[in-house]
Amino acid sequence: MTTAATGPAPGTAAPAAGPAAAPRVGVLALQGDVREHLTALAAAGAQAVPVRRPEELAAVRGLVIPGGESTTISKLAHAFGLLEPLRERVRAGMPAYGSCAGMIMLADKILDPRSGQETVGGIDMLVRRNAFGRQNESFEAAVEVAGVAGGPVEGVFIRAPWVESLGAAAEALAEYDGHPVAVRQGNLLATAFHPELTGDHRVHALFTEMVRAAG
Amino acid sequence: MSATSPSTPQTPATGTARVKRGMAEQLKGGVIMDVVTPEQAKIAEDAGAVAVMALERVPADIRKDGGVARMSDPDMIDGIIQAVSIPVMAKSRIGHLVEAQVLQALGVDYIDESEVLTPADEVNHTDKWAFTTPFVCGATNLGEALRRIAEGAAMIRSKGEAGTGNVVEAVRHLRQIRGEIARLRGLDNNELYAAAKELRAPYELVREVAELGKLPVVLFSAGGVATPADAALMRQLGAEGVFVGSGIFKSGDPARRAAAIVKATTFYDDPKTVADVSRGLGEAMVGINLDTLADAERYASRGW
Repeated sequence: MTTAATGPAPGTAAPAAGPAAAPRVGVLALQGDVREHLTALAAAGAQAVPVRRPEELAAVRGLVIPGGESTTISKLAHAFGLLEPLRERVRAGMPAYGSCAGMIMLADKILDPRSGQETVGGIDMLVRRNAFGRQNESFEAAVEVAGVAGGPVEGVFIRAPWVESLGAAAEALAEYDGHPVAVRQGNLLATAFHPELTGDHRVHALFTEMVRAAG
Repeated sequence: MSATSPSTPQTPATGTARVKRGMAEQLKGGVIMDVVTPEQAKIAEDAGAVAVMALERVPADIRKDGGVARMSDPDMIDGIIQAVSIPVMAKSRIGHLVEAQVLQALGVDYIDESEVLTPADEVNHTDKWAFTTPFVCGATNLGEALRRIAEGAAMIRSKGEAGTGNVVEAVRHLRQIRGEIARLRGLDNNELYAAAKELRAPYELVREVAELGKLPVVLFSAGGVATPADAALMRQLGAEGVFVGSGIFKSGDPARRAAAIVKATTFYDDPKTVADVSRGLGEAMVGINLDTLADAERYASRGW
């Protein structure tokens, strides 16, 4: 099996150039598969750093919200004063990418939120948590993603959400089983699946490009 | 949309190693809490637990009550699955493949083949590759961890000594595992064969660990965590997350202690945060000194 834990192969890491070449991109490091996203971002040419505090958030040009448990990430973001700064940065146009729990965090609405579960929001969509079922129903399947060249990505869906409904400003980049599972709205990107677990860094390359383009 | 183009068949594959191990990756940096009722499960979820372990009695009570400890009542597990949206784990006895089959049929998200319950087989562990549901297993050293992974475990937890509220064994086992991994890093290819023999583990896994410098699956710590500082300690020693058993619901103020342990697990390297969350938590569980525990009462020695 491929894991993302071994770091980029020699020659694929970003050259030691100025910030324009390797944008500083954070991974929200409250809980979840932070290390895999840091590895994938580095392989995609970003300078990847963990973010747990408001001052660390202020120092990045883009942010990944990782897979994890969305209720836990939401509660910790609230408890440590990150929720409002996150909302402000997203409103101000900071590029952000969320996988799985991160997709839930970037949704304006959750269909079945737990009490006190708040999101950062930004993408005009309604998501259903654990939509594909419990862990026994978790699966892998090939998913064609618009804007990602070179064939389908390996979609790893783990107790994954899907998008129940999508606003006019948001675009579905991929569907599975009739439901959007990859979405983009402006500088915000979200996938129900986990590219960070596959060793295929094309989705992270797309996001790193979005960060570069946002300047 | 080209998602259904004929060149990309969308046949879903369930129960793959990547899906099973990937599930544990999503739990990293989190706290998994033992609960015995739906109400406790809700308290755990509200406190920020990444998952709950549904069981009939927490280990401290299993110690006190004695007798054979078995898989929980299906109704009780169902009740907890209904009560929360976070993943629900449950324990089977070591080698009790039918308990494991029942837990899979109930739809639990992870099965803990656990030394806390009374072993059903004193030679064999369950063949975990045969299941769609992923397994977590305990280990006191690297060889034991790799034998469990060879049997299909998708996550490892250091065993510690459950139900004691004493972190000393958790520290011993985690240091042992990490120390043995560090030693493998220093060996050359010729030496890895002998190391595999010593560890009584498959050579391929030994070589993989030597290359990665870590287990090929997520490593949590368990057995004896009772305070936020205990949880932070285990993370500083290299655990990617913690299981807390009796430590929460055998304490004076479970909701507060649970939330505090969650926060300390995230900010494990920030003493000021650990100090802040440690204030005003009320009584911790009393705890047991390990030198008063007879060998037969040590759960960590179960499993082989």
